[in-house]
Amino acid sequence: MVERALVPYARLAWAWCRALAQYPVSLVLLTLAQLGATGVELLALLFVFGHVDALAGFTLHEALLVYGLTGTAFWLADLLMGSVERLGEHIRTGSFDTMLVRPVSPLVQLATDEFSPRRLGKNVPSAVALATALGALDIDWTPGRAAMLVVLVVSGTAICCALWVLGACVQFFVTEARELANALTYGGSALSEYPLAIYGHGVARAATFLVPLAFISYQPALYLLDRPDPLGMWPHLRYASPVVAVLLCALAAAAWRTGLRHYRSTGS
Amino acid sequence: MRVLLAVFACGLRRYSTYRVATLSSIVVNGVFGAVNAMVLLAVFDARPRINGYTAEDAVTQVFLAQSLIGITAIFGPPLDLGGRIRDGQVAMDLLRPVGFVRWWLAQDLGRAAFALLSRTAPTFAVGLALFDLALPADPLRWAALAAAVALAVLVGFGLRYLYALAGFWLMDTRGVNAVAWLAGPFCSGMVLPLVLFPDPVAAVLRTLPWAALVQVPAEILLGRTVLPGGAAGGLAYQAVWAALLLALGAALTARATRRVVVQGG
Repeated sequence: MVERALVPYARLAWAWCRALAQYPVSLVLLTLAQLGATGVELLALLFVFGHVDALAGFTLHEALLVYGLTGTAFWLADLLMGSVERLGEHIRTGSFDTMLVRPVSPLVQLATDEFSPRRLGKNVPSAVALATALGALDIDWTPGRAAMLVVLVVSGTAICCALWVLGACVQFFVTEARELANALTYGGSALSEYPLAIYGHGVARAATFLVPLAFISYQPALYLLDRPDPLGMWPHLRYASPVVAVLLCALAAAAWRTGLRHYRSTGS
Repeated sequence: MRVLLAVFACGLRRYSTYRVATLSSIVVNGVFGAVNAMVLLAVFDARPRINGYTAEDAVTQVFLAQSLIGITAIFGPPLDLGGRIRDGQVAMDLLRPVGFVRWWLAQDLGRAAFALLSRTAPTFAVGLALFDLALPADPLRWAALAAAVALAVLVGFGLRYLYALAGFWLMDTRGVNAVAWLAGPFCSGMVLPLVLFPDPVAAVLRTLPWAALVQVPAEILLGRTVLPGGAAGGLAYQAVWAALLLALGAALTARATRRVVVQGG
């Protein structure tokens, strides 16, 4: 695993970083633009809380915690795996065939293609939100809870990575469907930026059991805040994020293999 | 005129080729509309009236905004002009015996016309199916909305034309586009209706062209009189910005074309 995936991943990603560093001004400006893109979402959340004290029982700082967890997980996944959404383009232009004849996993090549460190800019607003929330909230910090915070962020990131890959796999079958995957990835992140409780039972259940978005930020936030779920869902769900992450990654891997096996070159 | 009509038709046909992509964008616009609408419903559940808006008004604006994405191209795509400036093909465009701005406008109106049928109408229908929208019974207000949408398309083109024209000076318009795609949706009231912004911020944004893309058409549909003259005032605001942007575009085109140096044979 380390030898076959992580080492080539790091090497390819680093090669792209060095390439982009050749245009430092462009790199800085585009990083700032990425920062702004997620910054406006945070601003919208702050504006909303200018009118109300709480949404479905969640105060500003609690909502910032949810936003920060989602943003951190989702944009880290975007940095690591976001490039896979261009699979359809690679299939259409034939460059995916080139990846298949190289002695590195095609998924690693796809994920590192045009790897761009400027996407880290998207992480800044959510990191600020997370730090603000963790500082302001009265969380009972035990060593277990502190360690769990790391586990939860890693699990959330893994869930988001799996969602990116699952979205990309659709393009093995319908090459034009890049935007359709965006409904799952960007749409999913938009949904989980706010506490799921505000959407009511139906949507929250779908976002827990159908597409497990709840395990990116909502259930982890309930765990950190040590509060009951206002929707009354099973209280042990908040410990399930790591399990869900492993299962979803396995599903994504299976989907990738199926897609790869199904793949026939465009023939040109 | 016949040439421009042909360009219009080509623009329309070109975008009608990507059927799955069109279907996907309806799904994406519908999903984002539903998420934004549910967030705002929770906000208005906590406080039923904010600056004169009710929950129904806010949800209506959300779906109008999502419906306008395709037609005003507020999130892109940019005009091909930017890329053609960079790779030099713009020289070919300049040789054509047709007005430069008109050529690009005709093409973009073709794109917008297709988007109106294939994206705007279905996305709004999704909103109608899922939520209670505040729709007027007065046919006059629907007519005003139609005019507002047409003017929004012109303002959208005017802005994107200027973004692309920046390529004559910057060569690479990706940076401009990156900033534009984040400023546009935020300043237009698409990410969040401007009525929910802090008053001083909203007051500034209401003087900028982006408000003509979403906020003004939404207020015309909702029958709110924010600008003097009500719907007529809103349409005048959009028309003034459309005229200003197109005039600026035309003036800058004249200056820019004097800068063109096409490398090599």
